[in-house]
Amino acid sequence: MREAVILLVEDNPDDEALTLRALKKNNIQNEVVVARDGREALDYLFGEGIYEGRDVRVKPQVILLDLKLPKLDGFEVLRAMRGNEHTRLLPVVILTSSNEERDRINGYGLGANSYVRKPVEFGEFIEAVKQLGLYWLILNQIAPAAGVL
Amino acid sequence: MRLPNQKLSRNVTLINLLVSAAALLLACAAFVGYDQISFRRSMVSEVSVRAQIIASNSVSAILFNDATSARSTLSALSASADVMWAGICTAQGKSFALYQRTGTDRVPALPSIAPGQMQSVLFGNGDIVLARAIIFRGRSLGTVYVESDLSTIAQRRKEYAAIALAVLLASMVAALLVSWLFAKSVADPIVGLAALTRDITEHKDYSARAIPTGRNDEVTLLIGSFNDMLGQIERRDRALREARADLERRVEERTAQLTHANKELESFSYSVSHDLRAPLRSIDGFSQALLEDYDAKLDAAGKDYLRRIRASAQRMGVLIDDLLNLGRVSRATIQKEKVDATALAESIAADLRRAQPGREVEFRIEKGMEAWADPGLLRIVLDNLLNNAWKFTSKRGHASIEFGLRRDNGGPACYFVRDNGAGFDPKYADRLFGAFQRLHAMTDFAGTGVGLATVQRIITRHGGSVWAESAVDQGAVFYFTL
Ligand SMILES: Nc1ncnc2c1ncn2[C@@H]1O[C@H](COP(=O)(O)OP(=O)(O)OP(=O)(O)O)[C@@H](O)[C@H]1O
Ligand SMILES: [Mg+2]
Repeated sequence: MREAVILLVEDNPDDEALTLRALKKNNIQNEVVVARDGREALDYLFGEGIYEGRDVRVKPQVILLDLKLPKLDGFEVLRAMRGNEHTRLLPVVILTSSNEERDRINGYGLGANSYVRKPVEFGEFIEAVKQLGLYWLILNQIAPAAGVL
Repeated sequence: MRLPNQKLSRNVTLINLLVSAAALLLACAAFVGYDQISFRRSMVSEVSVRAQIIASNSVSAILFNDATSARSTLSALSASADVMWAGICTAQGKSFALYQRTGTDRVPALPSIAPGQMQSVLFGNGDIVLARAIIFRGRSLGTVYVESDLSTIAQRRKEYAAIALAVLLASMVAALLVSWLFAKSVADPIVGLAALTRDITEHKDYSARAIPTGRNDEVTLLIGSFNDMLGQIERRDRALREARADLERRVEERTAQLTHANKELESFSYSVSHDLRAPLRSIDGFSQALLEDYDAKLDAAGKDYLRRIRASAQRMGVLIDDLLNLGRVSRATIQKEKVDATALAESIAADLRRAQPGREVEFRIEKGMEAWADPGLLRIVLDNLLNNAWKFTSKRGHASIEFGLRRDNGGPACYFVRDNGAGFDPKYADRLFGAFQRLHAMTDFAGTGVGLATVQRIITRHGGSVWAESAVDQGAVFYFTL
């Protein structure tokens, strides 16, 4: 079995670097695919655009999704994913700066599996990523429909 | 519309008739009564004069026992048609002489004269009998009796009754006439006015007007004033309607502006919460990376600087969050319900104990306190007040915190949180509710200074008020109403 892939949808290069650092600090060595806007994320998932021809049967184990993104924002990505048979059941963790109530309501409403706020304090961020990795990469069993296809 | 018209006229007619009849009857009764009395009086004096004449003319007849002469004296009475009977008695009480109008054969009941009196009168049924003493040189010789017919009085009475009846009838007719005139000139316009009033109250049509009578009287004045009043009401009604429409328009405008401002504020705080925290994460995260990855290349001062940078970034993060929460409280919709304030405070106290198990703090929370408030917002209020009490008693060996309810007679229920902590200078008591206002140094007691600002906003939005009492080192009491 191939190593599970993490799809990180993040436009801010600082946040990208910090997230990767946090993953490394927690010894999570899974392959991380970074999409820098919403379009790119969907292209990866559906094998379109720059990911034309990608084997879409290889699905990420978890998607870390930022909300504020260029082109298509996180909600639109989520909506598109949930509307597609192949990505309907993929685990999505919203990882964002805000803890605005309406973001959480929208996020869960559109079918997010989890909502995590990025803390300012880097130590806390490392801890949060550790918990996420433990849960989504090790404990969580993904839905069979997503695995079969 | 006919019925009230008839009613008013009928009432007026009835009153007119009653009043004039009563007045007339009273006047007649008084008049007849007076006439009867004076007629009797004159009758008595007339009969008395006759008896006197007979008495003095019959003195010699009695002295000489000449009954024939006495009889002829009495017979002079035949000239007076009303004298029915007359007689003379001697002092011994023996009948001496008699006179009888032809056809009468009876002796009437005779009055007796009281000693020391000259005469006495007896009123009978339809007659009067007068007795008069016959005196000669101070000696009583006998008595003269004269009976006079009173039928003229009855006759007079009948005549008076007939006159009174005639006057009564005439005045009734006059009263009816007056009533009819009244109905025509006063009642009809007033009834018309009443009908119009009812119409107006029913249909709220203030453009209707009463028709003037064309005469120059109070009714015309009334109708004129009524029409004036209608005009004023109509104008005011129109002005009111316009003002209301204007007000509604303005409220709509303001609401739109407010909604817009609120939206803007919301999107502002939204972007603050998204975009302002991102750079802080970079500052903190890369400072940490420097400390970790370049540990060997940094001397103690460099590391200290980096730690300061991180501390500031983190503090900035807390400030932003507090500020956002403050804004959120102002925008939150309030849904009041019955809240168990005691249970709420107890759960917050338990949280505090859990967070700092080492501290010795006595909580005294009144049982059974209920509040009418938004439960989420009330929790924020109590959370802030109890947290403050907890924080500002941290330097006390034995800390005590009390939460209770003071019911002042008549006033609203007043809740209070009392502690025996550091207190504050009461000079600045009103300052502590401003955002970022603190009365203690950061090194003594940590904090942002938005806790009480948040509390005040929530309380104000509940329509209540919040205030504090304290002195340095004497503990503090925070009061609030809802
Ligand atoms: N129970 C208290 N005893 C003495 N001083 C108090 C008490 N409560 C508040 N204060 C004073 O009022 C100031 C403002 O209180 P507030 O709760 O707004 O801020 P804070 O507690 O310092 O910070 P924050 O609550 O935002 O973390 C405090 O800094 C303190 O000086
Ligand atoms: Mg406070």
